[in-house]
Order: sequence, then C-alpha cells, then structure tokens
Amino acid sequence: MATYFASLDPMSLARALPGSVAQGVIWGIMALGVYITFRILDFADLTVDGSLATGGAVAVMLIRGGMNPALALIFAFLAGMAAGFVTGVLHTFFGIPGILASILTQIGLYSVNLGIMGKSNQAINVMQYDLVASLRYVTGENSTIFFFGLIAGALVLIGIIYWFFGTELGAAIRATGCNPQMARAQGINTGFNKVLALMISNGLVGLCGGIYAQYQGAADVNMGRGAIVIGLAAVIISEVIFGKFCAGRKMAFAFTLGAVFIGAIIYYIVIALVLWLKMPSDYMKLFSAVVVACFLAVPYMKGKYSKKRRTA
Amino acid sequence: MGYMLEIQNIHKTFNPGTINEKVALNGVNLNLNPGDFVTIIGGNGAGKSTTLNAIAGVWSVDEGKIIIDGVDITKLSEHKRAVHLGRVFQDPMTGTAATMSIEENMAIAARRGERRGLGWGITKKERESYKEALKELDLGLEDRLSSKVGLLSGGQRQAITLLMASLKKPKLLLLDEHTAALDPKTAAKVLAISDKIIKEHQLTAMMVTHNMKDAIMHGNRLVMMHEGRIIYDVSGEEKRKLQVSDLLAKFEEVSGGEFANDRMMLA
Repeated sequence: MATYFASLDPMSLARALPGSVAQGVIWGIMALGVYITFRILDFADLTVDGSLATGGAVAVMLIRGGMNPALALIFAFLAGMAAGFVTGVLHTFFGIPGILASILTQIGLYSVNLGIMGKSNQAINVMQYDLVASLRYVTGENSTIFFFGLIAGALVLIGIIYWFFGTELGAAIRATGCNPQMARAQGINTGFNKVLALMISNGLVGLCGGIYAQYQGAADVNMGRGAIVIGLAAVIISEVIFGKFCAGRKMAFAFTLGAVFIGAIIYYIVIALVLWLKMPSDYMKLFSAVVVACFLAVPYMKGKYSKKRRTA
Repeated sequence: MGYMLEIQNIHKTFNPGTINEKVALNGVNLNLNPGDFVTIIGGNGAGKSTTLNAIAGVWSVDEGKIIIDGVDITKLSEHKRAVHLGRVFQDPMTGTAATMSIEENMAIAARRGERRGLGWGITKKERESYKEALKELDLGLEDRLSSKVGLLSGGQRQAITLLMASLKKPKLLLLDEHTAALDPKTAAKVLAISDKIIKEHQLTAMMVTHNMKDAIMHGNRLVMMHEGRIIYDVSGEEKRKLQVSDLLAKFEEVSGGEFANDRMMLA
C-alpha cells in the first residue's frame, strides 16, 4: 500500500491537467450536440459514434489533400449534418424508431468512414500542417494562445446556439421535443424540425471530430466508439453540479450550455485522475459507462425514494 | 354566406381487418354556419372526440370530405390544417409545452400557420400584449410571463391553451372535453373563459362534453352522436328550451336505455 502511494507522483497529475482541459473543451462541442438531441429534442441519438469519426475522417483527408485545416472543419460540420439528416429521414419519413434509426446510421457510417480514409486510420503531422488544435500546442510555447482560442471558440458556439434556440425556428424545435402534439396543433412540422435538430446536433459532433482528429494527429475509424457516453456524461455531470445554479437566472440556457463544457472538462479531469491512480486504461470504457449509469439512475432513485416517504 | 365547416359523409374504421376492428365514424354529416357554437354529446365510443380528431387531421379519414371555409382540407397533414384550427384537449398537459415559459408558449401559438424563421422568437411588443391578455383571464398569470408552464395547475394550463387558440383567430375552435379533467369549480371557470373568448372573437366552435347540462347551457346548437353517427341536431329556440330529461328520452329512443348507465353526468 505504502509503495503504491509512494509511486503516485502529484506532478504527473498536474502535468496531465492542461491536456484534460483541452480535451474537455473539444469534446464539449460534441456534448453540445448530445444536449440538443438528448435534452431539447428528447431523442437518444447514437449516430454520434459514427458521425464523430466521419467529421474526423473528412477533416483529415481534406487537410492531407492540401486544404486549410480551419476550412476543413466546415466540411467536417457538413459531413456530420449529412449523417444527422440520414438518421432524421429514417426516423421521420420511414417511421423507424429513433434509437434504431440512429444505430443503423452509425453502423453504416463505419463503412463510409473506411471509404473516406481508404484504411482504418490516417495521420496528419502537426509539423507538416498548420493545424487548429494539437497535443503539441498544450505544452508548447504558445499554449496560452491555444487555450484562449479554444475557450473563445466555445463561447462563440454557445452564443450561436443560444441565439438559434431563441428564434422562431429554434422555439419550434424546442416545442417539438417537449410536446409534439402541441407543436403540430400549433402548425409546427414536427418531422422537419426533428431532422433539422438532428442535423445541427451531428454537425457539432462532426466539427468536434474534425478538431479532435487534428488534436491527436490522426483520424481513426474507431475514434467515435463510446462518444455518446462521453457526451451524456458531460451533459449529466453539468446538470447534477450546475443545474440549480443555472435554473431561473437570466439567460439560463446560455449558462446551461456553458455548464456542458465544464461538465466535459470535469469528465476528462476525473479520467486523468483515475489513470493517475493507475487504473488500467483497458477499464476506461467500463468506468465511463458505470459513471453515466449512476448519474442517470440517481435522479430516478431519488424520486422513487422520496415518493415512498411521502405516501408513508 | 357559405358554411364555415362542412363535414360530408366521413367514415373511419380503426384496426380494420383485425379482431380489434372498430367502426368509429359511420357517415358523419355536419354543416356549421359562421359563428355557430355547437356542443356535442354522446356515450363512450359514440365518435365525439373522433370527429374532432378527424377535423384536426390526427389521422386521415377512410372516406368523405372535410371543408373549412370553402377549402378542402381532407388530405392536408395535421400541422398544415392547424392554420385554420384552435384546439384545446382533455388532458391539460397536451395543449402546452411544459418546459417552455408562458410567453414562449403564447409566442408559438401567435405564429400558428406562419413560416417560422430566424427572427427572434418573441418581441417586446408581443410580451406587452400577452400580459394584457393574461390579465383578462384573472388568474394572476400576468406577472408570471417567464414561468415554465409545467409549474401551473391544470386549470391554468387549460386557460392558457384557450388563450393560445385565440391569439391567431381560428376559423374553427375545437374543444375536446377540455374541462373533464378539472375539478368542478375550475371547470366552471374554464367554461366561462371559453364562452367569453368565443363571444369576443366571434368564433365558430365545437365542444365535446360529457356533461348534458353544460351542453344545454352553452352554445347555440347541440348535436348528439351514437355509434359513429349524428342522431340528433337541435339549434335556436328548440335548443334553448331543451331539458336534460329530453336528451335522456331522445337517447333511449335510439339506443334502448344504455345511456343512463354510461359515464354521462346528469348533475
């Protein structure tokens, strides 16, 4: 036991933190997408596991082909939107249940992603290309500029999403997710709005994939595996910790979106922590799944328990 | 002057060809003049709510035509018909979006049938007018514009749904047992609000109810349904003189007595 604790180096944890924050902000973009489907649209969208890799694959292949890395992100976003469109049409037009429609898209995307890359992974070297994000920047001399850029980017995204869901169209999407019967009675085309929300959500996921591929220096056909769990973890952690803080204040929705980023950062700090405690990294996915399952179960169990007490 | 609503011989069978086959509408014909307020009564499964759902386009009818103000809407999808219709449902949860604020719900309703673009979802000017409209309800909601609708009581939600249905004047207001889930006092209040809104905006309206007294007291016309058809239709002077006992007698005449055992309220 003593040797175990002696072997833990606090400095190595401290060194891991900036990387956790960077990863958290990048994956926070995907978590925003998950928030849109899971919370606003009330749709468990598993497309993300595929569309994240699609975004990464598209960005990497375009950069390798000579495109500006920032410009490539726009195409990563569009590729994600296309994936969301497929899920949306499978669900609304062909009547396939939401989760199943998204799984079908996700499985199909695996082949599509292989097709885009020509093999299971493609690297881009940061020395060769002027990437927007990279592991090297985290410890490099320009790390302040990098983190400032990341956070500014996150704030811009929060601003755009806040604005969009305040518009007539955004309100229609929210009504569609909250009460489709009411939405239709108010003349809202719920099918169209579902497809649109899925496209925006997966666009963000594709964007995240494009940035993350640059960050890790490669796109991999498996890079999105379990992404939905990370997204859910970020959303749920943010709600558990910041739910009360956000509720009822002015611009509550903007704070909620910001909290999603912080939730993602916390998730990666916790991951860094358990890795630092020498948990074998093979167990990482199991750990993530257990964490998300617990956080999802807590509100339900709490409700059940307090109800019992009330009737007693 | 043409009819506001023409229902021509509509038929609807649920689960056709299965053991659960149910003929819900069996040739319904009804014409409403502009400004008509018709109450619809009948036993369970008579086709009252089904008629309203057929008009609203929840599903498509098997046969027949539905025409609103000269426009054939039989083939239109539910959200496209909404431009003509105001709807209030039996379940107070159905008519509003619980996670959105009162003003957001109203702003959505004010844009019924319009293109929803990237303009801001609610304007300052609107907010003022909603405040005024809520004040008229006299439920103390005018100071709670930004409260989530989910926090309100069933009666308050029905009142807001009624208001929402009239923000953009509908050609036809469909009230589907909208007071059935409320306590008697609240039900009376919501009915009074319904009357007021219908009168104020000179709406053409249909109200399904299980309460015969309400059916007699409200509106200028009364329709009784049985087994997917309209079996009795009174209006004007004749309706004003109507008694609950008349309705019971009328029903026994066509059905042979089962009516009184139904969930019909005689009070």
